[in-house]
Amino acid sequence: MDKVKVPGKNKKHKVLMYAISTCAWCKKTKKFLVDNEVEYEYIDVDLCSEEDRQKIRDDIRRRGGSLSYPTIIVDDKKIITGYSPDEIKEALGI
Amino acid sequence: MTTLEKVRQRAEADAKTYGYYLHPDPEFLNDLLEGLKKNEERYGYPSCPCRVASGKFEFDRDIICPCDYRDPDVAEFGFCYCGLFVRKDVVEKKLPIHSIPERRPVEKQARAYAMAPEVIEKPARATVGVAEETAQVKKKFWYCKQCGYTVFREDPPYICPICKAKRELFAEITIGAFVRG
Repeated sequence: MDKVKVPGKNKKHKVLMYAISTCAWCKKTKKFLVDNEVEYEYIDVDLCSEEDRQKIRDDIRRRGGSLSYPTIIVDDKKIITGYSPDEIKEALGI
Repeated sequence: MTTLEKVRQRAEADAKTYGYYLHPDPEFLNDLLEGLKKNEERYGYPSCPCRVASGKFEFDRDIICPCDYRDPDVAEFGFCYCGLFVRKDVVEKKLPIHSIPERRPVEKQARAYAMAPEVIEKPARATVGVAEETAQVKKKFWYCKQCGYTVFREDPPYICPICKAKRELFAEITIGAFVRG
């Protein structure tokens, strides 16, 4: 699974994003994190193998999320669906 | 090979036909059109840039742009799931366009991705998420009282694609057998 790490000054939280490479909301979310200097990792689900996609879907559903992208997981606990700057700010304390 | 310009023209023509506008932010719009172009190159059809397509046409049919969920989403929120199509009042009043919940039924996604059946039985709890409704959509016949255009779908269109009459001018056609006794 190709996880891309985007470096940033704010490393307080572990941020993982499941995204789609063609999705404008995902792009906006990535930009939001970069603008706020948040270090994060992302996986473009559409570029993954079917096996990996299955793992990602299972992971999202196991956490009670819906299969909608972007899905952000903060510190392995909090799950945020969609482009939601307010929720991200709250979860990251920024 | 499709070009970005062709994708844009198609979207513009479709928006015009159904009385919608395209996303007002040129950069965001461009990203969406690029995404549609990419999907057309990858799969042979322009599936929604904000959804993961299976690559199998018969399973992705409902998410080919304009997707089956566009009209109900525009009616409810003022724009579709990816934000490509926007209602007039949202554009004119500059109302915020944001992420909305996925309307595509879990069953359809499951079929497309061949997920394990147990996943389908327990839909995500909590969430903004997925429409609870099943794939059983009740379609009806509607006709435009102004021009006679007839269409078979869940709700009448936002405007008549032929004569541009408003949704209110659509009436349901009920077909009943009349037997003389």
